[in-house]
Amino acid sequence: MAISNTKEQVLVGRDLTAASRQRWRRSFGPDLDGFGFILPAVIIMVCLVVYPFFLAIWFSLSDAVIGEPGRWVGLENFMYLFGIMYDGQDLPWYLKFTGFSWDLSLADDIFLMTLRNTLLFATISVVLKGVFGLGAALLMQRATRMRRFVRGSILVPFVAPTVLTTLGWWLIFDPTYSHINWLFANLWPLNLLGLGPFQWLGNPNLALSSVIFVNFWRGMPFFAVTIFAGLVAIPDQLYEAAETDGASTLRKFWHVTLPLLRPVMAVVILFSTIFTLADFGIVYVLTRGGPMNYTHLFATYSFTVGILNQEIGLGAAISLFLFPILLLVVIFQLKMVRKETGYGV
Amino acid sequence: MASSAISTVGLGAKAKTPMWRIRKEVVTYASLIPYIAFSLFPLYIMFITSLKSKQEINNLGASPFWATGITLENYVYLAENTHFFDHWLLNTFIVTAVSTAISVAIGILAAYALARLRFRGVEAFGLAVFVTYLVPQALLFLPLINVINFIDDFIPIRDTYWSLILTYPTFLIPFVTWLLMGYFRTVPFEVEECAYIDGASRMRTLLTIVLPMALPGVACAVLFSFTLCWNEFLYTLVFIQDEIQKTLSVGVLTELVRGDIYFWGSLMAACLVGSLPVIVIYAFFMDYYVSGLTAGAIK
Repeated sequence: MAISNTKEQVLVGRDLTAASRQRWRRSFGPDLDGFGFILPAVIIMVCLVVYPFFLAIWFSLSDAVIGEPGRWVGLENFMYLFGIMYDGQDLPWYLKFTGFSWDLSLADDIFLMTLRNTLLFATISVVLKGVFGLGAALLMQRATRMRRFVRGSILVPFVAPTVLTTLGWWLIFDPTYSHINWLFANLWPLNLLGLGPFQWLGNPNLALSSVIFVNFWRGMPFFAVTIFAGLVAIPDQLYEAAETDGASTLRKFWHVTLPLLRPVMAVVILFSTIFTLADFGIVYVLTRGGPMNYTHLFATYSFTVGILNQEIGLGAAISLFLFPILLLVVIFQLKMVRKETGYGV
Repeated sequence: MASSAISTVGLGAKAKTPMWRIRKEVVTYASLIPYIAFSLFPLYIMFITSLKSKQEINNLGASPFWATGITLENYVYLAENTHFFDHWLLNTFIVTAVSTAISVAIGILAAYALARLRFRGVEAFGLAVFVTYLVPQALLFLPLINVINFIDDFIPIRDTYWSLILTYPTFLIPFVTWLLMGYFRTVPFEVEECAYIDGASRMRTLLTIVLPMALPGVACAVLFSFTLCWNEFLYTLVFIQDEIQKTLSVGVLTELVRGDIYFWGSLMAACLVGSLPVIVIYAFFMDYYVSGLTAGAIK
């Protein structure tokens, strides 16, 4: 994020003479001004984001449980999650680092499931959102009548409270009352297939699909609206130029629209990936991580371990896995955006 | 809007025939119908189910997509037998209003500093705001329990919605700051310069010159904070056990979902009523909301 201060320099330069400008600079005037304005934000962010973040790191290195401060255990929580053993206590000091052994079968099974689920959940969901979001954006751009209604209704899933709308999906997926199963049982020609009733949230693979589906439903509008804004920002002249060269609609889409949407897409995918990885509400409402842990994500598993099992140390260790992923995504995306074009973040 | 111009550009000679235009519109709207139906589907189901009597909901042969007899018994049940209206809805309003006010006020100051002032560490602060915005709640809820317990020793906020008012700004301020920074940069600098030369202080310049000109941005920030607060779930679930201190999402999920099979009607009524304030506000101020949503990606 580039912060431009050129105008400020101009301002300071214009209303002060050279001598007083020097004095002004020396007196830290602008610094104090700036610090004063950001002070409240800094206080809140330090007390309620930075400090808790380091506290989370401390928890993850301790065996803290609810109500007890816990003691330092080093990387034991992380080693436990991955099934890494240490039996180098009796070795001489210069060989102590060799005492590690890794046996994946001793790893925390639910954690491994969580890794698998998160990977599937985030990848499938973001790809679906991207594809259908782009489709919706292109359609919204073509729609000339009832613009507000079209855009408004497509955005509703993103605006409405996630937990409440997910409860609506919960009814739609309910084994007894499922609307989808009702269609399979009663609607011609679906009823001829003889399928169902499906256990949308009871069957492990169906449950993960259902959770991905609801996440897709909720997140797709964000792609649609942002890509739509990106589409509108593409200058007409480029299309006119392509047309003069005899480009077909498809080629114009491929060679003009898509490359120019790239920075917007990169930012949207960045945000969506982070929010999808950290998703809690949808999984918590629909499955609580079940059946058989097939839908646990970092947030829900961390909640289960940290709050329900009261093992704060291990819970914090699990939730911290969100951070390196977040960092990687941020660095990767920011680099990509900077490289590609001059506009974007 | 420019987009209507774009959509007709590039269609070549075909665009001039009226038949082609009609066909294009039909295809466009026919493809949009599944999108719209899909988006509104759960809300429609909530609405229909909330109007059904228990008997009708449990008549599994009847279509679940339509209600034959309309009843308001589910809404009456919500008002008479639950804390939905008198506590959860009210708490959500209070928490949302107070945290939004705090966050927008603090965010305005920080954003102005980032957009206009030059001071040591301004770049670092800008980056910190960006990173903080991306730190998920899932990473912070466990240590925040400790922070709340610590503060509780001095001010009793544990297990009350005041703990939410304290913690919600953590995800609101970074967003508001980031959003408003973009708006403040669009305010012409010369106007501000005049006030500054006339001797107005920074704060006065901000309040009387910049803020009125960036009012759409402030409206957008308020709107966005409002929805984020209204929809928040994890912190409330973790921090609040007291039934009458809960907000909508958590109250509905933890108190209305019970073992018996007759709760669907009132549950869906609660979900619908709980979603409506956000949707109604959003319907009126959609353009502000959209500009805030896309600000991060476009500006």
